[in-house]
Amino acid sequence: MKLRKAKEFVIEKLIFLSGIASVVFVVLIFVFLLREGVSVFKSIGVGEFLGGKHWYPVSTPPSLGILPFILGSLAVTIGAIVIAVPLGIATAFYIAEIAPPRLRDVLKSLIEILAAIPSVVLGFIGWMTLVPFVKSVFGIPTGLTAFSGSIMLAFMALPTIISISEDAIKFVPREYKEGAIALGATHWQTLHRVIIHGALPGIIAASMLGVGRVFGETMAVMMITGNATAIPTGLLQPVRTLTATIAAEMGEAVRGNSHYFALFAIGIVLFVISFFINFTADLFLARGRRK
Amino acid sequence: MVNLMAAWAENFNKHRRDVNVAVTGGGSGTGLTALISGACDIAQSSRAMDEKELKQAQAKGIKPNEEFVAMDGIVVVVHPKNPVKNLTMGQLRQIFMGNVRNWKALGGKNKPIVILSREFNSGTHIFFKEHVLRRGNAKGREEFSARSLLMPSSQAIAYEVAHNENAIGYYGMGYISPRQKVIAVAKDSTSPHLEPTVENVRSTAYPISRPLYLYTNGEPQGIVKEFIDFVYSKEGQEIVKETDFVPVK
Repeated sequence: MKLRKAKEFVIEKLIFLSGIASVVFVVLIFVFLLREGVSVFKSIGVGEFLGGKHWYPVSTPPSLGILPFILGSLAVTIGAIVIAVPLGIATAFYIAEIAPPRLRDVLKSLIEILAAIPSVVLGFIGWMTLVPFVKSVFGIPTGLTAFSGSIMLAFMALPTIISISEDAIKFVPREYKEGAIALGATHWQTLHRVIIHGALPGIIAASMLGVGRVFGETMAVMMITGNATAIPTGLLQPVRTLTATIAAEMGEAVRGNSHYFALFAIGIVLFVISFFINFTADLFLARGRRK
Repeated sequence: MVNLMAAWAENFNKHRRDVNVAVTGGGSGTGLTALISGACDIAQSSRAMDEKELKQAQAKGIKPNEEFVAMDGIVVVVHPKNPVKNLTMGQLRQIFMGNVRNWKALGGKNKPIVILSREFNSGTHIFFKEHVLRRGNAKGREEFSARSLLMPSSQAIAYEVAHNENAIGYYGMGYISPRQKVIAVAKDSTSPHLEPTVENVRSTAYPISRPLYLYTNGEPQGIVKEFIDFVYSKEGQEIVKETDFVPVK
């Protein structure tokens, strides 16, 4: 009897530990980022860092303005969302409501495969195919642009958007649909007047998680967006994102100088933005569940 | 440059089966940083260590020892269909700083110039900046145009130049291939335009040539010394030639 109690005690504590482990890790990561990143603000002001237009980190004195990268990340993300969200939601509706069961299974497994392709592979394929395509279609000097990155990232966000939206659509109570049809609504009317309202919080959450995926993506972006440090004025220009900046320069940054700290500060910016994206997604997911 | 080191390591391994040489790329800055933090035995660099790095090494108790093992010419390349084939150092400077933006101004077609550069950590990037943009004055303030595309590798530059008629880029001699056209460079408007051939680089007549170094912590000893000796040996210098760099011995 005593042994059993002791066993339960240990198991309970173990589960508790694993439960809070991820929380502890997140907190530790944030503390580490803060500790390393905040030092950069000893040499330049927050405004100068976030709003500075020039990035020459290894010059003396260095220019450490990350505005071009914030705008670059924004441009790539917005472009990807404009492409991926409508496409993803339409696909989710097709799979959940319209496709015959056999086709549905095939589609779902294909989408899962899409999610499993490593981003560096997608980036490589994009570089070989998409970049020359974008260049010739728009007649621009180079195809390494924010827009190419957007298309590529839209593909990466699609599996997330589709599978979560599809779940949201499936969880709309059956009575809603039956009620609508009983009142004489056509299938299409039921879809876009009734079901979409029931599934909306889930769909918004799916889109936000898609945004998070796009925003944090690094490898593929670094390969095909061109990485220019100028302030972008349009989608058809080379841009560099926040993530690509860290990935490209962390290897070289000498520990303890302002360049190194600036890269960590970019990490803080990324962390905060991702946190807000996920937080918003969670809010909508929770609202969907309460209904 | 990482190609050369990889070839040395591979051939060294044929003599010493029991020794495994691990080679990692990433640029001269990466290598020197690793040496300073004690993460590697040998750092390959296409530039001499700067004062800042020397100070950091001193603070960590590392005594950098420099070995001059090969030479490299930085090649400026354009798409094979680009009619421009000769440029002066002054023109290169104007192009890469973003002051000349159309090929027409250089005797080419009426097309925008797409500048390809390497990342900030690349020894090639730093060498090109100091040598071409800053005309040899390391303390100069000239920078690459912010519109230049920072490519992750020389291979990426080679690929983009081969596929984009508007592009101009630079890389080490080892990457020369018929898919890009090599530009002949003149020191100034009165000098002859020279191609980066082995003779021109070794005699430093070609204006953009550079030394390649290996750095060790203190005088090389034991297996590190064996490796350095191999690099200087006839076989080692033959490998330099095979990978399209220029031998020093």
